[in-house]
This record gives sequence, C-alpha cells and structure tokens, in this order.
Amino acid sequence: MTLSRIAPYLQATPLTAILAAFLVLPIATIVMVSFWDYDSIQIFPAFVFTNYEESLTSPVTWSTYLNTLKYTVIVWAVTLVIGFWVAYYLAFHIRSATMQMVLFLVCTIPFLTSNIIRMISWIPFLGRNGLLNQTLMHLGIIDQPLEFLLFSDFAVVLAMVHLYTLFMVTPIFNTLMRIDRALIEAARDAGANGLQILTNVIIPLAKPGIAIGSIFVVTLVMGDFITVRFMSGGQSASVGLMMANQIALLQYPAAAANAVILLVLVLLMVGAILRIVNIRKEL
Amino acid sequence: MNSERRGPGFYVLTAFFVLFVLFLYGPMTTIFILSFQGPNGGLTFPMNGVSLRWFENLLFEQQAVGDFGGAFARSLMLGVMTMLTTVVVSLLAGLAFRRRFLGSGPLFYLTIASLIVPSILISLGIGLAFNVFGLETAWYSSGFGAHLTWTLPFGLLIMFAVFNRFNPAYEEAARDLGATPWQTFAHVVLPIILPSLVGVGLFGFTLSYDEFARSLMTAGTFNTLPLEIYGMTTNVTTPVLYALGTVTTVFSMAVILIALAVIAVLRKRRARRLAG
Repeated sequence: MTLSRIAPYLQATPLTAILAAFLVLPIATIVMVSFWDYDSIQIFPAFVFTNYEESLTSPVTWSTYLNTLKYTVIVWAVTLVIGFWVAYYLAFHIRSATMQMVLFLVCTIPFLTSNIIRMISWIPFLGRNGLLNQTLMHLGIIDQPLEFLLFSDFAVVLAMVHLYTLFMVTPIFNTLMRIDRALIEAARDAGANGLQILTNVIIPLAKPGIAIGSIFVVTLVMGDFITVRFMSGGQSASVGLMMANQIALLQYPAAAANAVILLVLVLLMVGAILRIVNIRKEL
Repeated sequence: MNSERRGPGFYVLTAFFVLFVLFLYGPMTTIFILSFQGPNGGLTFPMNGVSLRWFENLLFEQQAVGDFGGAFARSLMLGVMTMLTTVVVSLLAGLAFRRRFLGSGPLFYLTIASLIVPSILISLGIGLAFNVFGLETAWYSSGFGAHLTWTLPFGLLIMFAVFNRFNPAYEEAARDLGATPWQTFAHVVLPIILPSLVGVGLFGFTLSYDEFARSLMTAGTFNTLPLEIYGMTTNVTTPVLYALGTVTTVFSMAVILIALAVIAVLRKRRARRLAG
C-alpha cells in the first residue's frame, strides 16, 4: 500500500529533475547574470542595474520591442484566421474519420522538417529573379521585379505564417472534434442558421483551442530570431534577434537582461490569455 | 453538418484548404526541383540542365565549411537519445498524473512553462549555467538537456490526451483477475498505449533532429545538423544548399513514414488480437 502511495512521486521524479536542471536553474542563472557586469573581455559577478538601464533607456530597444509586437499581432491574426478555417473544414466538412486523419497529417508533415530548410525554400520563390516575379512579368502584370517580396517585413510575416500556422490548427482541430454534434443539430432544430451556429455554438466552444494556439503562436513569434534574421535579410529587428546579436558579441549580461524583460512580457501575455480561458480544465 | 447536400460553403472551404496545402508544400517543392540543377546552374530558376552534381558535392566531397557527415551523425545520436528519454520520462510522468499527488499543479505549470519560454532563452540560460558552473557545453550534455525541455512537454501533453481517453475498466478487470500492478501495466496498459508511445517518440526525435535555437548555445564545439545548415546558408551560394535541404527533408519524411507504419502495424495487431 505504501508503494502505491509513493509511486506517483517516483514516476514524476525524472520529469521534475530534468526541468529543475535544464529550465529552472538556467532561468535563475539568467536572472543572476542579468545583474552582472561585463567589459569587452569577460563577464564578472556584480550587482548592477546598468544592463536593465541601458536596455530600457535606449530608443533602439523600444523600437525593437514595438517591431516584435507588430510581428506578433499580425502573425497571430493571420494564423488564427487560417488555422480556424482549416481546422473547421477538417472537423466539420470532412465526413470520414480516415480522411480527416489523412488530411490532418498532410498539414502536419511539413512542420516536422527543419525550420531553416523551410525558410530558405522561400528564396527561389520570392527572390528578385524568383518564380513569382518571373511569372508576374510573363503575364505582363508587372514590368519590374517586385523588391518587397524577399528580405522585408512581408517576407518575415509570410515565413512565420508558414512555420507557425500548424500550432494554431492542431489545438483548434482538437477542440472542434470534441464538440458534441448533437449541439449543432439542436441549434439547427431551434432555427439557427449557419452563421448563428458558428458564432453562438462553435466559436464559444472552440475558445480553449484558440487560446492554446494563440499562446503557442505568441510565444514563438516573440522569441523568434532566426526567421527575422533570414527573411528580413538583416533589415528588421526583433527581441530574440537583439539577444542573439548580444550573445554573439559575448555581452551575456546585456542579453540576460533582455531575456528577463522578454520572459516577463511573454508571461504577461500568456497570463492575459489564461484569464480569458481556463485551459487546465479542458485537458 | 452531416446533411447529404454539400452547400457552397463546402466548396469555398475546399478551395481554401487546397490553397493552404499548396502554400505549405509549394516552396519545398521548388527547392526539391532546384536541387537537381545542372552543374552550372544557380540558386534560382531557370534550370540549367538536370544533374545529381549537387548531391554528389554534398555527400562525397569535402565542403569549404563544416562537416556534414559528422553533424548528421551527431544529430542522429542526439535525436535517438532524446526520443528514448522523452518516451520513458513522459510515460512515467503521465502515469504519475493519473493520480493526485502533492505538487502536481506546480509540476504541470512548470512543464507548460518549458513549452512557452522562448527557445533562445533556454539556450542562453543553459549556456550561461554551464559557464557559471565551469562545465563544458556539449551536444550530448547541455544540448541534450536543452532538447528535452522542448520534447518533454509535448510528450506529457500527448500522454494526458491518451490517459484521458483510457478506460480504467480494463485495469479493474485485470486486477479482479488477480494481476499484480506490474502485470496490469505490462499486459494491459502498455499494449493499449503503445501506438501513442511511438507517436511520442516520433515527436521527440523530429523535434530534436530539427531544433536550431535550443542548440545554438548548448551544442558546444561540434555542430548539430541544423547548426550546420545554418552555417551553410550564410556561406554557401550554390545549389548544394538545396541538395542538403532535399536530403534532410527526405530523411525526416522517411522517419515519419516509418513511425506511422509502426503505429499502423501495432493498431492492426491489437485489433486482430481483440478479434481473435
């Protein structure tokens, strides 16, 4: 009997130990190092606020944060619209369970291959001499290649939508699949039209999925640096990219201070989403 | 929704879905085609002949930068280590969460936090922690830990989904027939959840195999494959880059298909055993 009482603790120990060593401890280290001092050669223990001061008083930081928030809002909105309709289509318009699974896997498979490969795959498509420009020129729609397609904010948002929409599709699809179909029949019998069913029955019941998807997309975009670096061609900034650059310059305390600010910001946004929807209840 | 007649909404959404799939696969198809570019061809269309030149170049010739074979071997090893650990640890934790225990709430939120803390932060944190404690970062130690912070939450969430749908009557039946807890687990629970465990493993492997941001500061001296690809994208200006993209994508797809086939076989076997 005692074994069965302590069993859950033993079973949870490996997970707890790994997260303590590779999540809690590293974040504690970041917080600690964010108060350290550094010069051009090394970092050393101290308790200074200069890292935060320098970061928070610099106009560059503020514009970088604003730019990151801009990406977040745009990508979130686009992935939500696309993700919802794709999930809705799979859940309500595809009738056989096998077909649902097959189409869902079709959407999932690209997500399981390298992000970087998926990013560089846009280059021959969007580039100056890329497929899109050549096609448009052939068709006589434009007579000069469009320059804004690659290495621009447009390209960053496009690539992020490409990379992250699935994080929206999956949780929404999951919640839609769990909606009792009788509720929809009942709504129809009660005289609701398609739009009313959508807004009064399906969307409210899909909220947990929408919230989980939003948390994924928001945190991924907020921390993203690789897409921004690649697709903007170094012309736009994001918080993650700013940190990555500071890391490359070995300015660890400055990067750590930015990391703490970013973490607080992300947690606030997740907290705001969780205030609207209780996810734990839905699992 | 299950009415016999298809409304116009169905056709609009079908078109939308097809466009979405084209959007997902289109760019990948272009680099797949371009990786067969002729020896004098460049990074964009038009194709200048068709050849296997760039695959040869990638697989059999010394690259100006880096070491593709070594990076691939390291990523493979790391992926397998991450996969096995993720399966075992998530299964144990999934079993733990079926019962109430002190601290289950905080542990749950900690796991979710692991998922939502931006990757670059994990990378920086682990890199710094190793630095502060005077340890050497390496792909098999710090890199391994960094990958686990990404794969374990997915593994645990899948286990939640599995055990939420798991009917405890099977276990009660086994217990009533006199099975010990271990026998119940090994002969009843495990066979039923085995396909899902393969799924967890698949997730663990591919997430680790493709992870870039969490490897950035934690991989140490030797590159993993995503770091290698990243290095190549900034240095290489020939279609060998696309050949690399094609090879790694084909490898990922093969892993996914093998895992799906294993799941299908396990399901079929279980169905047959239940029938017989």
